[in-house]
Amino acid sequence: MPIVINGVATEVPPDPRVSLLDLLRERLTMTGTKKGCNQGACGACTVLADGERILSCLALAVQYDGRRITTVEGLSENDTLHPLQQAFVEHDGFQCGYCTPGQICSAIGMVAEANRGAPCHVTADLAEETVVLTREQIRERMSGNLCRCGAHNGIVEAIAATYGDGAS
Amino acid sequence: MSENHDAARPAVKTAVGPAPDDWGPGRAPDPLSRHRSGTIGTRVSRVDGPLKVRGAATFAAEFRFDGMVYAALAFSTVPKGRITELDTAAAEGAPGVVLVMTYRNAPKITPLPEWYTEGKAVAGDTLPVMQDDRIHWNGQPIAVVLADTQEQADHAASLIRAGYEPEPAVTSFEQAKAAGRHPTFHYGRPLKTEISDAEAALAAAPVKVDEIYRTPFQNHNAIEPHAVTLAWDGDELVVHDASQAVVHTAWSLGYAFGLRQDQVHVSSPYVGGGFGGKSLWSHHILAAAAAKLAGRPVRAALTREGVYRVVGGRTKTEQRVAIGARPDGGFDALVHTGVVAMGRHNTMPPEPFITSTGSLYAARSFTLEVEAAHMDMLANTFMRAPGEAVGSFGLECAIDELADRLGMDPIELRVRNEPERNPTSGLPFSSRHLLEAYRVGAERFGWTERSPRPGTRSEGEWRVGMGVATASHPYIRLPGGEARITLTADGRVIIDVAAHEMGMGTETTTAIVAAERLGLDLDQVTVRQGDSRLPGLIMAGGAQQTAVIGGAVSAAHRALLAVLIELAGHDSPLAGLRPEEVGCVNGGLHKLEDPSRFESYTDILARAGRGEVSVEASGPPPLELTHWSMRSYGAMFCEARVNAVTGETRISRFLGSFDCGRIMNAKTAASQFRGGIIMGLGLALMEETHLDERHGRIMNPNLAEYHVPVHMDVPEIEVMWTDIPDPHSPMGAHGVGEIGITGVGAAVANAVYNATGRRVRDLPITLDKLL
Amino acid sequence: MRPFTYARAADAADAVRLADGGRARYLGGGTNLVDLARETVERPEALVDVTGLSTAIEEIGGGLLIGAAARNAAVAEHRAVRTRYPALARAIVAGASAQIRNMATVGGNILQRTRCAYFYDDGSRCNKRRPEQGCDAIEGFNRGHAVLGASAACVATHPSDMCVALAAFDATVHLRNADGERTLPITDLHRLPGNRPDLDTVLEPGELITAVELPALALAASSAYRKVRDRASYAFALVSVAAAIEVTDGIVSDVRIALGGVAHKPWRAWTAEAALRGGPATAERFRRAAEEELASAVALRHNAFKIELAERTITTVLTDLAGEQP
Repeated sequence: MPIVINGVATEVPPDPRVSLLDLLRERLTMTGTKKGCNQGACGACTVLADGERILSCLALAVQYDGRRITTVEGLSENDTLHPLQQAFVEHDGFQCGYCTPGQICSAIGMVAEANRGAPCHVTADLAEETVVLTREQIRERMSGNLCRCGAHNGIVEAIAATYGDGAS
Repeated sequence: MSENHDAARPAVKTAVGPAPDDWGPGRAPDPLSRHRSGTIGTRVSRVDGPLKVRGAATFAAEFRFDGMVYAALAFSTVPKGRITELDTAAAEGAPGVVLVMTYRNAPKITPLPEWYTEGKAVAGDTLPVMQDDRIHWNGQPIAVVLADTQEQADHAASLIRAGYEPEPAVTSFEQAKAAGRHPTFHYGRPLKTEISDAEAALAAAPVKVDEIYRTPFQNHNAIEPHAVTLAWDGDELVVHDASQAVVHTAWSLGYAFGLRQDQVHVSSPYVGGGFGGKSLWSHHILAAAAAKLAGRPVRAALTREGVYRVVGGRTKTEQRVAIGARPDGGFDALVHTGVVAMGRHNTMPPEPFITSTGSLYAARSFTLEVEAAHMDMLANTFMRAPGEAVGSFGLECAIDELADRLGMDPIELRVRNEPERNPTSGLPFSSRHLLEAYRVGAERFGWTERSPRPGTRSEGEWRVGMGVATASHPYIRLPGGEARITLTADGRVIIDVAAHEMGMGTETTTAIVAAERLGLDLDQVTVRQGDSRLPGLIMAGGAQQTAVIGGAVSAAHRALLAVLIELAGHDSPLAGLRPEEVGCVNGGLHKLEDPSRFESYTDILARAGRGEVSVEASGPPPLELTHWSMRSYGAMFCEARVNAVTGETRISRFLGSFDCGRIMNAKTAASQFRGGIIMGLGLALMEETHLDERHGRIMNPNLAEYHVPVHMDVPEIEVMWTDIPDPHSPMGAHGVGEIGITGVGAAVANAVYNATGRRVRDLPITLDKLL
Repeated sequence: MRPFTYARAADAADAVRLADGGRARYLGGGTNLVDLARETVERPEALVDVTGLSTAIEEIGGGLLIGAAARNAAVAEHRAVRTRYPALARAIVAGASAQIRNMATVGGNILQRTRCAYFYDDGSRCNKRRPEQGCDAIEGFNRGHAVLGASAACVATHPSDMCVALAAFDATVHLRNADGERTLPITDLHRLPGNRPDLDTVLEPGELITAVELPALALAASSAYRKVRDRASYAFALVSVAAAIEVTDGIVSDVRIALGGVAHKPWRAWTAEAALRGGPATAERFRRAAEEELASAVALRHNAFKIELAERTITTVLTDLAGEQP
């Protein structure tokens, strides 16, 4: 079975060492997904596998045979930005733009987790199954995505404005 | 003024006349500095934003050449000595390998000269690159492997076996200091200032502090690792780089390979963060050499570990700060001296941690000095606000300690020592409103709620305290600014300038400024930057790009006015006017004294039968810097919580109140301030490069163990600014890229002291220091 | 990364067969093994993907049986884990990042290797990576290293948060190899380093973790996990404590304590538990029990603070838990 990337089926590379990240960037020239550390410490390579956020640098492509992968390139249609992408622009949720695709994919996966009530480190009551995406919840849940330019406030605002407790 | 407070904009746009020829004495301020129409100073989203959020902005490791191969590096494991054995056979025989390059087969490469030689050299050190068997630091590249895939190259590099004859190396700071402290220089001037006898004044002072402050090695850790994708085309070299100095890099690579600058084309349209680290390092040279040897284009994307092994960071400092004061708080003596670690072959100036100290306080005597202790390590380099970021930690903690001893509010102590002119140079200030920044910042932050007695406020397990510190960074405008303005028949302009977009918002700010100067809408301006073939020699460093580009664009604007009036000819309403008499508005020119004498750009060009008009000009030399003391200022307010059980520190509130001249783009400037502050929180609480002093090896060359702040570490950070234009700078603006990190370490440490009564004088403030 | 072959196991028996007595390495989510292989610390020639094994979380004798391929995030999210073993859910969400928790399997989490910088660095000496080579951590940067149960050969710590809660709750691991199946208390699975720090666990070559079993444990329902670290999220523990306590009429009737970040294995605080059982549930007694647990601690140059930190954290966690007792 092939990997389906943004709706397009792709054969796994013959070399099992190839990570999902390098498959995207070097074999498919889909460079929207970024390599920041290549060891699971920065989150820049975050993509969605069947809707769940994962680190494509630690994922051997061969393991994702038969899975559906969504990358940043799969979020917008032509020039119409995804609402979260638009919010990142509006709230200046980035500076250099390098961690940005990972932040955006991560946030989309994060919202799905929150919507089904997954707990996080700052969850006060584990029995509570409804997650209210407060600024604190967003910060904790997004902590696997580093930003060195210091756009943290804008990132959190963009997510909150799109999905948070005050979102329209 | 805060980012959310847009000044009211008049409905009718006003014209902008030409800026002065230069910014020396007797010149009127740039008319743009008080211009209140259009977008200048408002919240403008980044022009490159849509590209970046789609992942469509292309970075250095994302360009491709046909036939490209991938590079991997092998690194030394000893700090000093000779390579006695270098077994590359297994690597050469590994699948996909195209080339293994070592000192034995590397082409001839000329070592690069000292930093800024000819105003253009930007290599981190002066060492030969892979030309002999000598090792100069632990982690030095010893081999380059090229292979068809990155996986193959990485594996082959791991098969290289090296043996060494080690030589005695100085890899500990204590050892280095014992071996000798050396005087230091900063762009030719000694890092030493003495005014009166500060030690005697200190000894005689009734109240004093005299403490040692320490800051560790740090690394930039831009999320984009350094990378080049390059190809030779005959005697020409094309380099896709992650660079904050494209023209300098072209010149430097040309120097290394015996080429003219114009034979090297460096392109770097987007940079995934620089912070001082993205100048020229050995991977550039190794990649170009290997590409030449193999006859193939090369992608050399450093691993995160590779960045730590090849690219220097901020060095360690040990600072003595001593202040002697009178009972009323006035300073009799201010001593800021100490020693920094330096690589032996650095081209960079030492970490100049005293550069703010001589400007901030009206002391009666000063002794300021930085000495260097040499270590066998990778060259250290500039990192965001070199000098000030760490120097402000020592100085501003000492001020806080003195205030505590005097029983005086630390802001009041600063007020009492506010100078009228620069206390060490004697120059008048061009624009200094630090006390105003303090006043509005303190009010907004609620400074009066701070208890002057430390350790008196608790919430549950958390002890809560407030701290404050001064932020400061010099205004810089290096020579070399040039820009080209191309006006097209449809009334649009293109600004070409060899500047850099690393996230500072340069592209957007340049477009805003150009649109205002030319009386255009923002979407009528295109900015092209990040390419060595564009005009100018502009380093993205010292937070200077805004001023340098602004000066160059204003010069080109003057030239354009002259050309347009000439082109307009005798039949134009503009006939007979001089450039000084006209201003730009609504897509054309009018006489400043008589707006009815207007003609649009499209009409001028159409009548002249021109498809476009293009002018190129150099910014005037930075005369302003010789006549005024020019700095940016800020007041940093921090609320810290320290856990009484575990010693963990969390920052619950932070406010930066800045005085940085006129702000060009409220949105991106706020982000630059915040970005600096957040990097400052890292410096305060967690950042440290672990150099194992036994053998000089960096032990945390990764983002898991080198901690930078994560989202959960970053509270909502409030920023505000005076927005008072500097009458002596282009647009009345100062750079804002670096000041944000300054003063943060001290504001945090002072808040921690206020929370706990514990004074931590060595960064980072980790929990073990507070148990 | 050296070249390797890749095979996907259909079930546990298939995995054990494919592993061929340890010639191949089991691959879970890849969050540790892929990194280590890239760093050439691990040099597998064959990988057997075991993410196709059971991911079920099932009731078993009043406890829970968690398939080894269950993702960390799925365990933390599971209703029964959240309500009956909250310290386990808390430990998991305190670890790594959400992305990693979505990838990492329970089996892989248990078998993750130390983050000692010298273990990771090919330019340093490490007995865990190369037996008999020497240890550069003992005299090097050892702020994050072990204070309990270390040896002259190794001072590394086990990095898992999840395992600390599992150790506190007397979890057992279900194992399978070519000869059959067995179970082992998780507290007996990981080793202390002794003179063989290259061996993290007592697993036989080719042996596979197929499941983790949490026994019925009423007091676990009000358990706590507290992690102390250098940043507010996404950092390994300097010290962590998983604990549960049952207080009857002011007397400790039962207690479970385990520590993370202090030893080569998740450290079950048997000494402190014994000291507390049957005694008064007071902060003072908690403090003394913690001190007894740490009495054998040995500090290196940079990690002495961990002893005090562990004592304080144990005391506070127990005090808070006792204060919440009905």
